[in-house]
Amino acid sequence: MENFQSVTGCAIPLMEANVDTDVIIPIQRLVGTGRKGLGEHAFERRRYLPDGSENPDFIPNQAPYRESPILLAAENFGCGSSREGAVWALMGMGVRCVIAPSFGDIFFSNCFQNGLLPVKLPIEVIRRIAEETQASPGNARTTVDLERQVVITPSGEAIPFTVDQRKREAMLHGLDDIALTLKHAEAIEAWKAKDRAARGWAWESVA
Amino acid sequence: MPKTMFDKIWDRHVIADLGEGWSLLYLDRILVHDLSGGRAMAELAEAGRRVAEPRKVFATPDHAVSSAPGRTAASYPKGERLINSLRERCAAEGVRMFDLNKPGNGIVHVIAPELGIVLPGLTLACGDSHTCTNGGVGAMAFGIGASELGHALATQTLPQRRPGTFRIRFEGERPAGVTAKDMILAAIGRFSAAAGTGMAMEYAGSAVRALSMEERLTLCNLSIEMGAKVGMVAPDDVTFEYLAGREYAPKGAAWEAALRDWRELPSDPGATFTRDEVIHMRDIAPQITWGTSPEQVAAVTSHVPDPREAPNDGKRAAWEAALDYMGLQPGQKLEGTKVDWVFIGSCTNSRLSDLRAAAEVIKGRKKAEHVTAWVVPGSETVKAEAEAEGLHIRFREAGFEWREPGCALCVAANGESVPEGARCVSTSNRNFVGRQGTGARTHLASPAMAAAAALAGAIVDVRSF
Repeated sequence: MENFQSVTGCAIPLMEANVDTDVIIPIQRLVGTGRKGLGEHAFERRRYLPDGSENPDFIPNQAPYRESPILLAAENFGCGSSREGAVWALMGMGVRCVIAPSFGDIFFSNCFQNGLLPVKLPIEVIRRIAEETQASPGNARTTVDLERQVVITPSGEAIPFTVDQRKREAMLHGLDDIALTLKHAEAIEAWKAKDRAARGWAWESVA
Repeated sequence: MPKTMFDKIWDRHVIADLGEGWSLLYLDRILVHDLSGGRAMAELAEAGRRVAEPRKVFATPDHAVSSAPGRTAASYPKGERLINSLRERCAAEGVRMFDLNKPGNGIVHVIAPELGIVLPGLTLACGDSHTCTNGGVGAMAFGIGASELGHALATQTLPQRRPGTFRIRFEGERPAGVTAKDMILAAIGRFSAAAGTGMAMEYAGSAVRALSMEERLTLCNLSIEMGAKVGMVAPDDVTFEYLAGREYAPKGAAWEAALRDWRELPSDPGATFTRDEVIHMRDIAPQITWGTSPEQVAAVTSHVPDPREAPNDGKRAAWEAALDYMGLQPGQKLEGTKVDWVFIGSCTNSRLSDLRAAAEVIKGRKKAEHVTAWVVPGSETVKAEAEAEGLHIRFREAGFEWREPGCALCVAANGESVPEGARCVSTSNRNFVGRQGTGARTHLASPAMAAAAALAGAIVDVRSF
C-alpha cells in the first residue's frame, strides 16, 4: 500500500450524491485489467464524449482541477459494487483523498487498503470548501494532513477530522494488513481449536 | 442483556479485540468468483502466501461468462482467461470449484444457499457486494474488496469494525401482486439508498416470517442498495426445512447439534437496535424504479416525479440528471412507458420461485414483438428444476430466450449488454447509469412485473394484467 501523509491541491468540486462505483469505473474495464492502467478509464462515461474527446463540462477535466489529489463529493460516495477497481481508477487519475459526508461502506474499506484517504466531513463544510475553491480556482488550495488529522480550507480555516487510529497508522506507514493480522496467529489457532470443539457442525460438513 | 441476532453471531466470531470497536473476526466460509477470485489467489501466491483453509472456500465462475445457449468458457474470451486463472489457482490450493456447465455452478449467491454452503449463524465473506443475499438464512454475510479478499483467504479472518444495527419490521398481510422485491424496493424508496450505510439490517415482522426461503434471499439481496453491509432474517422452520439434506449442510448428529445452536440465534425479546422501523404491508404496491438509483422508485400506478418538487437542491439535480438519462418526463405516467428489453435473472431474482412467478404471468400469451426478453436461471440446479417443470417451454413459447446460468445482463461484464438508449425492465438490483450497458435505461421490478412488461411491451401493473 502507498503511504499517505498529506496532500495539497485545488479540490475538485464534484458535489453529487450517490456517485456509484459503476460510474467511477465500468465493469468491462475490470475484465482483463489489473490494478494498474485504470486511471484513463476513471469516470469514462462522463469524462469523454461519444467521439472519444474529453467532455469539457465534466469538472475534473477543467484546467485548475486536472490531476488534483483531492476530490469533493456529496453523500454516499462510492456506493454500490465492491469493485476495488474504483479506488485503483481514482488513484490512477491522481486522486489521493476524497472528502464526502458519507461513503459506500465497501469502497471506504477499499480506500484504506490502497492509500487513498476517505475523509468524512459535514456537507456544509464541504460545500464551503467547494465555494471557496470555485471563487478562485486558480489559486485556491486545500490541504489534507493525516498526521495532524486536519483539513486546511482555501481560506486557511483548519477543520479537524477523525479517522480510526489503526487505519491512520497503517496509512501513514503503508503497513500490510495481512502481516498485522498474522501477529495474532496464536489467538487465531486457539479460537479455531475452541470453536471446532463447540461448533463441530460448522467444520465437519465441509471437511 | 438482551442481544440481537447480529450481536450473537458477531460476538461468537471475535478472535481478538483490536480497539476502537474493531475486532479480528473469524470467517466460516469464503466465496470466490471469476472476476476477482483467480487474481486474489495469484497475488497471494506471488507474495509467498497460501490459502489458509481451502476447505472453507468455494469458487464458481459467474460474472464474466456468456449466458448464450450452448456456451462454453471460450464463448467470452476475456472471461475465459479469468476462468482459467480461477481453475488453476483452485486446483493448486485445494479449493472446491463448481466449474462452468457442471453441477453446482451458478451465480455465487444462488449456489451458496442452494448447496448449504451458507448456514445460520455463520460468517461469510465474498468479493461481491451482493454477498448480503446469504443473510436470508440467518448468516452474517458481507461483501469485501479485492485486497480484503486476499486477507480473508490468507488468514480466514478479517478485521472489522462493529456496525450499527437497523431492524425493519414488515407487518400485516401481503397485498396481491407484492413480492419480496417490492418490499425491499419500497423500503429503499422510503429510507434512501444511504439509510443503512455500513449497518447490519435485520428484516422481521409477520410478513417476513411468512416469506419463503427464496423470498428472504431476495429481501436481503438489496440490503447493499440501502448501503448496508449485512442483511439478515432470523432462521426458523422455513430455513431449517430448506437447508435439510443440502450437499454441504450438516447431517445426522451434527444436524441436530446445529439445530440446537440455530434455535438460539433469533434476536432476544427486548433487544435494541440502532434504528428500528416498521412498514405496513398495506402501504406497499408493486414497485418499479424510474431513475438511476434504487431509491428512485415508485408504485407502478404512480407518475414520474417532478424535480421541482424535490426536497432539496441536491435531490433536484439528481432527479433531473436521472430523468434526462432515463428519457422520462416529469409527471409522466409510469404505466404505458414503452419497453424494449426484459431481463429475468441475477442473484436477486433467478431462483425457481422467481421463474415460476414469471411463467405464471404468461398464461399462454406471447411477448410484444419489439421486446427482447431473456430468462437466465441462477444456477445449473435452478435450470434443471425449471426444465423438469417445463418452464423453459412456457418461456420459449411466449418468445422469451431461455439461457444458461450466470450474472448476464445484471453486470454486463460478459459481452452481454442492453443496447444504448434501450429501456429494460430488469429483475436485477442496480439501475445505475451504464450498469446494463452504456446508455442502457434500467427499471428494476419483480419477476412478475418484468414478465408482464415483456407481454405488454410497456410498463404495466401486474395486478391488472
